[in-house]
Amino acid sequence: MEYINLFVKSIFVDNMVFAYFLGMCSYLAVSKNVKTATGLGAAVIFVLLCTLPINYLINGFLTNNPFGVDLGFLSLIIFIATIAAFTQIVEMVVEKFAPALYGQLGIYLPLIAVNCAILGGSLFMQQREFANVGEAATYALGSGLGWFLAIVCLAAIRERLQYSKVPAALKGIGITFITVGLMAMAFMTFMGISL
Amino acid sequence: MDAKIKETLLNPIFKGNPITVLVLGICSSLAVTVELKGALVMAVSVIIVTGLANLILSLLRNTIPNRVRIIVQLVVVAMLVILVDEILKAFAYPVEKQLSVYIGLIITNCIVMGRIEAFALGNKPFASLLDGLANGAGYGLILVIVAFFRELLGSGTLLGIRIIPESFYEAGYMNNGLVILPPMALILIGCIIWVQRSIQKDLQEK
Repeated sequence: MEYINLFVKSIFVDNMVFAYFLGMCSYLAVSKNVKTATGLGAAVIFVLLCTLPINYLINGFLTNNPFGVDLGFLSLIIFIATIAAFTQIVEMVVEKFAPALYGQLGIYLPLIAVNCAILGGSLFMQQREFANVGEAATYALGSGLGWFLAIVCLAAIRERLQYSKVPAALKGIGITFITVGLMAMAFMTFMGISL
Repeated sequence: MDAKIKETLLNPIFKGNPITVLVLGICSSLAVTVELKGALVMAVSVIIVTGLANLILSLLRNTIPNRVRIIVQLVVVAMLVILVDEILKAFAYPVEKQLSVYIGLIITNCIVMGRIEAFALGNKPFASLLDGLANGAGYGLILVIVAFFRELLGSGTLLGIRIIPESFYEAGYMNNGLVILPPMALILIGCIIWVQRSIQKDLQEK
């Protein structure tokens, strides 16, 4: 039950984009059409789901290691190293074994290394002090899905926006910001839900 | 040369502002603007990190092999961010707690990486330092504008000092609770972009 609660909460209530503004840069840049948005969203779910448990275990080792020294201050640099190394490996594996998928995702995979949603996920995991790897993985899957949902929704809205009359100075990025703001307001109705 | 330095310093503040024109570094900027104090601390941290990261990587630019440059950049930036984080923990603990994960997220702030890639790797150290500082300042400016409105309208205070007098509240004035919540940060930035593009027509998208 706790897992389901954490899962639902991380998708809707603590949505990465609408509640914490994580991964905003690629969120705004890559949401022009639904197809590429879906690809990037899927890649984010996958990388989050893999790096967050790894970082959870590393963090446990750093703060409670056999040397008896608290190495917590190193966590930032080690998290980003794990993420960068992991995306590199995924890129190589995908390129070798699934060239078609690589063609579709190609440019987004390296971008993920500097996507704040991934590092943010690890930092929130550290801050919330999850009890075990299962919880960390559930949180990763939930927040990844939340990000996926947000980017696909925005891409769909932006496809429609192309046909509407927007004030000249607000065209493009301006109206996108306001749209995301309104979507965030809609998502706030989920606040306080717990199972 | 003098004109060039001036251009390097002034361009990122308004004409080529990293947030409103290049749309970089939005991630960590929106959440820290509930109060002016947090926004100022964040702005100073980012100015220091972008300036120093640009300087260091510009000094190293001829020794880094091209293939591993991203990881070298990440390591340098992460080191600077850890230093900033530790200093804040030591001297301004409450603010550090309030900014929570967003200090750590300066590492993945696109402005830092973007300026290193676009400027520091091809320019002399001094110019790179100025470019980094100016871009950090352009980012900080937007942060401070957004935080100013959010704190003033949301809590009636600035830097924790009450601006809207008590008598207003007695006359029925109420703080706008919505401004404190996340969505309004996005809408405020949208409005800033609107104002800027109405003044600078050449930035408008077709």
